[in-house]
Amino acid sequence: MTTSTMSPSAPLRLAAPGTGSSSAPVWFVFGGVFAVAWLLVELNGGQFMTVDNLQNMAVRSVALGLVAVGQTIVLIGGSLDLSVAYMVSVTAVSASFVMQGDPDRMALGIAVTLALGVGVGLVNGLVITRLRINAFIATLGTSLVMSGILNALFTNFTGSVPREFQALGYNALGPVPVAVLLLLAVVALAWYTLRRTRFGYHLYAVGGSAEVARLSGVRTDRVVVTAHVLCSLTAVLTGLFLVSRLRSGAPWVGPDGGYDLESIAAAVVGGTALAGGRGTVAGTLAGVLILAVVDQVFNEFEVNAFLKTLIRGVIIVGAVALYALRNRRDEEVF
Amino acid sequence: MADGIEPQDKILLGMYGIDKSFLGVPVLQDVQLECRPGEIHAVMGENGAGKSTLMKILVGVYQPDAGRIELDGAPVRFHHPRQALAAGVSIVHQELNLLPERTVAENIFLGREPRRRVGVDRTAMERDASRLLAALHADDVISPRALVGRLPVAQQQLVEIAKALSFRPRVLVLDEPTAALSPHEVDALFDRIRRLRADGLTVLYISHRLKEIFDLTDRITVLKDGRRVDTVRTAEVDTRRLVHLMVGRDLDHYYPPRATPERIGEVRLSVRGAGAGMLHDIDLDLRSGEIVGLAGLAGSGRTELARLLFGATRMATGRLEVDGRARRLRSPRQAIRCGIGLLTEDRKSEGLVLQLSVRDNSLLAVRALGRGPTRRVGLGALLDRVDLRGSTAREVRYLSGGNQQKVVLARWLATGARVLIFDEPTRGIDVGAKASIHELMRELAEAGAAILMISSELPEVIGMADRIVVLRQGTVAGVLPADASEAEIMLLATGEPDRSGVGVGAVADGGAA
Repeated sequence: MTTSTMSPSAPLRLAAPGTGSSSAPVWFVFGGVFAVAWLLVELNGGQFMTVDNLQNMAVRSVALGLVAVGQTIVLIGGSLDLSVAYMVSVTAVSASFVMQGDPDRMALGIAVTLALGVGVGLVNGLVITRLRINAFIATLGTSLVMSGILNALFTNFTGSVPREFQALGYNALGPVPVAVLLLLAVVALAWYTLRRTRFGYHLYAVGGSAEVARLSGVRTDRVVVTAHVLCSLTAVLTGLFLVSRLRSGAPWVGPDGGYDLESIAAAVVGGTALAGGRGTVAGTLAGVLILAVVDQVFNEFEVNAFLKTLIRGVIIVGAVALYALRNRRDEEVF
Repeated sequence: MADGIEPQDKILLGMYGIDKSFLGVPVLQDVQLECRPGEIHAVMGENGAGKSTLMKILVGVYQPDAGRIELDGAPVRFHHPRQALAAGVSIVHQELNLLPERTVAENIFLGREPRRRVGVDRTAMERDASRLLAALHADDVISPRALVGRLPVAQQQLVEIAKALSFRPRVLVLDEPTAALSPHEVDALFDRIRRLRADGLTVLYISHRLKEIFDLTDRITVLKDGRRVDTVRTAEVDTRRLVHLMVGRDLDHYYPPRATPERIGEVRLSVRGAGAGMLHDIDLDLRSGEIVGLAGLAGSGRTELARLLFGATRMATGRLEVDGRARRLRSPRQAIRCGIGLLTEDRKSEGLVLQLSVRDNSLLAVRALGRGPTRRVGLGALLDRVDLRGSTAREVRYLSGGNQQKVVLARWLATGARVLIFDEPTRGIDVGAKASIHELMRELAEAGAAILMISSELPEVIGMADRIVVLRQGTVAGVLPADASEAEIMLLATGEPDRSGVGVGAVADGGAA
C-alpha cells in the first residue's frame, strides 16, 4: 500500500495515481532474494545466471503465476477461491480426454475447458452472492464436488494432447519460452483490467468496502461474480499449460501442485490484502518469482523436502510481516 | 448571514406530514420541513429528536410511513439514494463513506467513472475532480491523485462534499459535518458552504452546535421528540429562545435520591494531567459513594476517556492512582485487577458475547482473572443483586437491552469492581428497565462503589449525578454541582460566548438512529 519512498514529509503532490497499491516493496524483496540466491549458488560453485537456469525458473513460475493472477483478482474483491486446484485438474483431464491426441480436436478441447472455467466461476460467484455463503465454504464446496466427480470418472492419466499443443509447454521464441509470454500477456491484461477499466475500479471498491460501493451505485454482486469467472479462467490456463507439459491429464495434477493455497500465498507475499481492496498483479508476479527462486536454490542444494516446506513457510510469514511493519510505520506518520 | 432571504412563497423542497416508526416506536410524527431556494436551513434538535431519520427519509435511505415530499412543487418518492441523487438531492453523511485505499478522483466518481473506449478515462476523471475541488476552493490543497486514507479528516470531508456536488445537486444535506473538525477548519468549511449558497445551492445543515447555526444558517427548523416544534428565522431568535425550543420538556422519569454528603467517601480513582490521542490534561477524581456524570458533545472525548481509565488505550501522559496507589494500566486486564469495570456503550459488539449464556457472560471476567482479587460470589446471589431473573443458561442475545446491561453489570460485580464506568448505560433501553438500571447504580454507589456515568442525555446526567464533569475537545471544560441546569452544562460543553446574556448552549450528540 505504500511507495518505497514514503516519508513523513512527502507532500501529497508526489502521490502518483494508484500509489495505494504499488508493488515496489515486493520487487525490492524479490531483488534481495534473487541476489542472495545468486550469491549462495555461486559460492557453492554452481552457476546461477545461465539461460537454462533462468528459463527453468521462468517456466516453473508460469503454472503458479497464471492462477495466482486470478486469485489476486478475487482477493482484491474481498473474496477468495479454494477451487482453483481442482479447476486445474478438471482442465488438464478434460483437455486431454477431449483432444485424444488429435490436432483437429485441439480447438474443441480448449473451448470445452474455457466453458468449464466460465461455468465453475459462475457457480462460485453466484453461490457467494446469491446464497450469501462465505467464499471460503462456497469454493471449498465446489472444489470437493469437482474432486468427487473427477476421481469417480478418472483414476489415472487419461487421453493425451497432440504434439502441436505441446508447443505451449516446450517451444520458445528466441530465448523466451512461449509459456512465459502467455504469463506476461495475462499479467498485462489483468493489469489493464484492474487499473484502467470500470470493472477494476469497482473491484477495488467492493473489496475495500462493499457498503460504500453499493451506496455509490456499484452493482457489487456482478463485480464479485465476474471476478470469480476471471479467476477460474486463469486456473483453466494453468491446467492447459500443465497438460501441454505432461502430454496427458490426471486428477491429481492440481492438488499436487497445491495451487489453491500457493496462489493465495503468492498473492499475499505480493502485497495483496486478504481482507480485500488492495493488491496488484505486478506484486503477485513478484511473489510468484520469489517462491520460484527459492525453489531453484533448494533444488540446487538438494534440500530435504520437509525443510523446504519449513523455509517456504518462514519466507511467506516474514514477507507479510515486513509489509505489515511498513504499514504500521506509515500510519504513525499521520 | 441571514440577509437576502425575503419571505418568498417559492418552496424548493417540502416535506409534509412525515411519519416514521421503527418496530412500533414512533420516531417522527407529522413533521414538516420547507426549504427555499438558495437558503442554508438548519435542522436541529436533541439526541434522538429525529434529525438524522428525517434526512434519511429525504434521501431515500428510509421510506416514510406517511406524508409526502415535494421538489419544486412536484411530488417525488425516492426508494433508493440513487434516485434522490438523480433528482438533485445529495447528502454528506455524518460518518465518512470513502475508500481509504483509493484516490480522491476514484472516490468521487466511484460507480460513474467516465469511459473512453474500454478503459476508464482517468485524465477526464482527474480533470473533473479538480474542477469540483476548485468549486470548493480546495484544489490547491487536495490533489485528485492523492490517496484518501492519507488525507486529514477535514480534507476527507471536502472530498465527500465534492462527491456530493458531482451529482449537480439542487439541495445538499450536510449531517453534522463539523464533528471531527477544528475551529479553524470549521471556519474554512463555512466559507465554502457560503460560496456554494452564492452559486444558488440550497443547503440543509444538521447540527446541534448553536454557534455554527447562528454563524451559518438563514432559517432553523427545530425538532423535538420526533415532532417539529417550530421553524424560525435565524436573525429573529437568540440562544435562549432556541434552547427553549429544543429542550423545553416534561420530566417523564424519576431518579433515585442523590447521595448525602456523608455517604461520599475517599477517592477511589484519580488521574492528573492524563492524556492520550485527543485527550489532554485531564484531572479527575472518582470517590466512593459518588456518581459522577460525564457530559460533553459527540466527539468531545467521553468514550475515549472511559477507555483510557479502563486501560484499553494507554495513557501517554499523566498519572493514575487507584485507592491511593500509583498504577500503570497497560491493558484492560490490569484495570480489572485494580477493581475497575467498564460497561461499554455498544453492548452487542463490546460488552457481551451474544452466543454465550447468561452464566458464561456473567462469569467471563472473573474466570479470565483466574484466582485474582476475587470475592467468590455465587452466581445466584450475583444475579439477585442486579435483579435479573430467569434461566442462567439462556443465550444473552435473546435478552432485552435492559437485561443485557444487567448481565454486564453482574460481570463486574463478580470481579468485585469498586470503580464502575458506565458508558451510555441506558441507550436503547425501555423506560421501565431504565429506572431499574438507575436504581441499581445508586445502590452500588451506596454500597461504596465509585461510579462514572457517561451520557448524552442531559436529563439523565442531571437526574443521576452527584457531580457533573463536562468535557470539551478532549479536556475537562469544567465541573458543575448536582443541580446544574442543562443550559449550564451546554455552555461548558460548547464553550461559546453567550449571545443573549443568559448562558445557554446546544444539546449533546447527534444521531441515535
